Amino acid sequence: MGCGVSKSDQFHKAIRSAVLIQRWYRQYIARTEMKRRYTWHIFQSIEYSGEQAQIKLYNFLGYLMDNFTPASNERNLISHIFRENEVCRDAEWERYFCYKNIEVPEIYSGPHLTFPLTVEQAVGLVEAFRNKKQQLHSRYVLQLLLETWRQLRMLPNINRISTCQSKEITICGDLHGQLDDLLLIFYKNDMPSLENPYVFNGDFVDRGKDSIEILLILFSFLLVYPSEVHLNRGNHEDHIINLRYGFTKEVLTKYKLHGKRILKLLQKIFSWLPLATVIDQKVLVLHGGISDTTDLAILARVDRHNVTSRTARCKTSPIAISRTFNLQILDLLWSDPMTQDGCVPNEVRGGGCYWGPDVTEDFLNRHNLQLIIRSHECKQEGYEFCHNRKVLTLFSASNYYDVGSNRGAYVKLGPDLVPYLIQYQASSMIRELTVRQSAGRTERSALKVLREQVFAHKSDLLCAIKRFDRNNTGLVCVSDWASAVESVMHLGLPWRMLRSQLVPGKIHGGMIDYHEWFNELAIKGVNHIDQSLLETLYRHRSTLETIFRIVDYDNSGFISIEDFQQTWKLLSVYLKMEITDDTIADLIVTIDRNQDGSIDIEEFMEAFRLTDKKSRLERGRSMFMGTATDLTKLDGDPNI
Amino acid sequence: MMKNKQRSEPVVPDVHKTIKAAFEAFDYESNNRVDVREIGTIIYSLGCFPTQADLHDKNSRDSPVQVEDQTGCINLEKFLPAMTKVLMEHKFPSVPEDLLLQAFEVLDKENKGYLEPEQLAKYMTQEGELFTQEEMDEMLTALADHENNRVYYKDLLNQWTIDPDM
Repeated sequence: MGCGVSKSDQFHKAIRSAVLIQRWYRQYIARTEMKRRYTWHIFQSIEYSGEQAQIKLYNFLGYLMDNFTPASNERNLISHIFRENEVCRDAEWERYFCYKNIEVPEIYSGPHLTFPLTVEQAVGLVEAFRNKKQQLHSRYVLQLLLETWRQLRMLPNINRISTCQSKEITICGDLHGQLDDLLLIFYKNDMPSLENPYVFNGDFVDRGKDSIEILLILFSFLLVYPSEVHLNRGNHEDHIINLRYGFTKEVLTKYKLHGKRILKLLQKIFSWLPLATVIDQKVLVLHGGISDTTDLAILARVDRHNVTSRTARCKTSPIAISRTFNLQILDLLWSDPMTQDGCVPNEVRGGGCYWGPDVTEDFLNRHNLQLIIRSHECKQEGYEFCHNRKVLTLFSASNYYDVGSNRGAYVKLGPDLVPYLIQYQASSMIRELTVRQSAGRTERSALKVLREQVFAHKSDLLCAIKRFDRNNTGLVCVSDWASAVESVMHLGLPWRMLRSQLVPGKIHGGMIDYHEWFNELAIKGVNHIDQSLLETLYRHRSTLETIFRIVDYDNSGFISIEDFQQTWKLLSVYLKMEITDDTIADLIVTIDRNQDGSIDIEEFMEAFRLTDKKSRLERGRSMFMGTATDLTKLDGDPNI
Repeated sequence: MMKNKQRSEPVVPDVHKTIKAAFEAFDYESNNRVDVREIGTIIYSLGCFPTQADLHDKNSRDSPVQVEDQTGCINLEKFLPAMTKVLMEHKFPSVPEDLLLQAFEVLDKENKGYLEPEQLAKYMTQEGELFTQEEMDEMLTALADHENNRVYYKDLLNQWTIDPDM
């Protein structure tokens, strides 16, 4: 322009511009942060409500056990999961688990193990899983597990270790089948060795896709370095929990021929895992937490292997396990800390308790300890201190909810017992995504999961919304919509904030056209089945699958037609809904295509689109399995 | 004649709900208190553009930033009415997109259509309401085109729209 814009003017203009940009950017970051928080909140709400559903199922099954006569059909169907006192000597078990007649064919290209295991073989196993993505042959799996079982039986309930000779001990939290994270820890921190001791704090399995590989690696190092590698039991080291959260399915899929035996042996191994580790008599490491009645002296004396599952009932056992002992163990595996003082039952999880800072203080004083390290809860930064820094929560499964959702962490303790924390995030994708992009991905993922949940409650939502629309205009305001949705979903989410993501249509003058919204939410594809039944199935799909797997007592993946019918009867009682015999007959015809009198559980769940193969929240595809076309090649492969 | 309800007029109970929802996201102990250091984020996320001075103004009676005693927390009871007033009066108005564009253009003296990261960093960390080094690093990671090492500011403005659901 050239008309006398003075230098000073220009300077001021630049400053004003800078200020504007700064303000705008800070605003943008704040909005991103807000979105990240409610995304986290979504995942957590759904995770906990899933756990609640599991508890309700347990309670229901327990109710059946207590109230039906021993001869009744319903009880027979499920009684085996409560049968804890299988009177079998160890020798008989050893015969059942015998691997010697399993032959390893020539074409098998994976690792061959010889016992006693050497460190080279353990390292070789890690390399095989990391680079070549090979599966260990079932013969070696069984052999390895048998050795592990023998080893674990010699261990006490509470391992006592020390940081003598300036050794630093590394402690890791939940891994949940995420092999990438374990490999990343080994990369950053080296593998276990005489100079590099480790404590793994439970929840090695479920949810992630490579649980069995994690177990095989941890057990190998346990055998090679029994004084340097320590494993604590987590609440997911429990065969009934595994039915729901994916580990059972993973093993049966990867080991079609011998999966059942492997699972049975793992059931025993899990029950023999130690409950806790104490370092230098000052630091307690355990998976869940404590309660106001936790007493380490008592816990040291308990027969820990008699608690195989949260629902263990020992009515007919000749060795009476005191209810107190059982509850003490549950507290250890399931409890969570809270900010308020006191100790209350943990109803969200259904086991253990919520314990407060006063309980921590008292417990540490009584036992002359200074710090509790526990896991069990996912934390954004991979770790979190609470109770005046006397309790440290450690979580080692990064990206737990989705790519970018959280970091993982591990802690190193030297003789000074000052925790030194290292964080990480495993994913080659993370590095390429900007902060904004990875937050966006997680958000989209959370919203997808949320939409599915919302769909599953369509009928109830329609009812609830209609109550706000007495004049039948087909429209409700955003406030009323949010109230209705919360009254049905009970997730405690900021629905108003989420509205624009859940109801993509245009808003007409601040009002939502809910019929239009419902039309968009629909599962397409299964036409001849009643939509409301479909909706019910969808809502309870985890429960349905869990019941199937319980009924399938030998873990074959198949149940008979009669058992299938019984399952539906069970389900209809549980859900308090009418499912007629005709409906069941229709379902059977649809599913039992080869009419051989048995139903394939997987087929059933997939036929009704009840599993979304990409759904991260429940279970995933292992990197050891190929795509759909490759799967047919794996069918009937006798080599694995 | 029926007066049309204008969408741009916020209704007080709705405003309260929105403020509460934002507040609760940072209320970790569920006791209706948040750390005063998070208040900036909360106010920004409600669509406002306060200056740093506004955020630290504890003297003005209407300021939403009235610190509660020695714990350094802000109570929802005090925050809600003050913040409601802020929103109803549009007290910290947002920056219109065209003004923002002009701001970038002022800094882009040679009119190249983009800024070098070093240029931007110099302004952000040395002028106005100074950025910390951490904020600067974050901004460049988020905004810069990594291949060419440039900040194409026009593209940025298109991508970020404010949610009108107030």
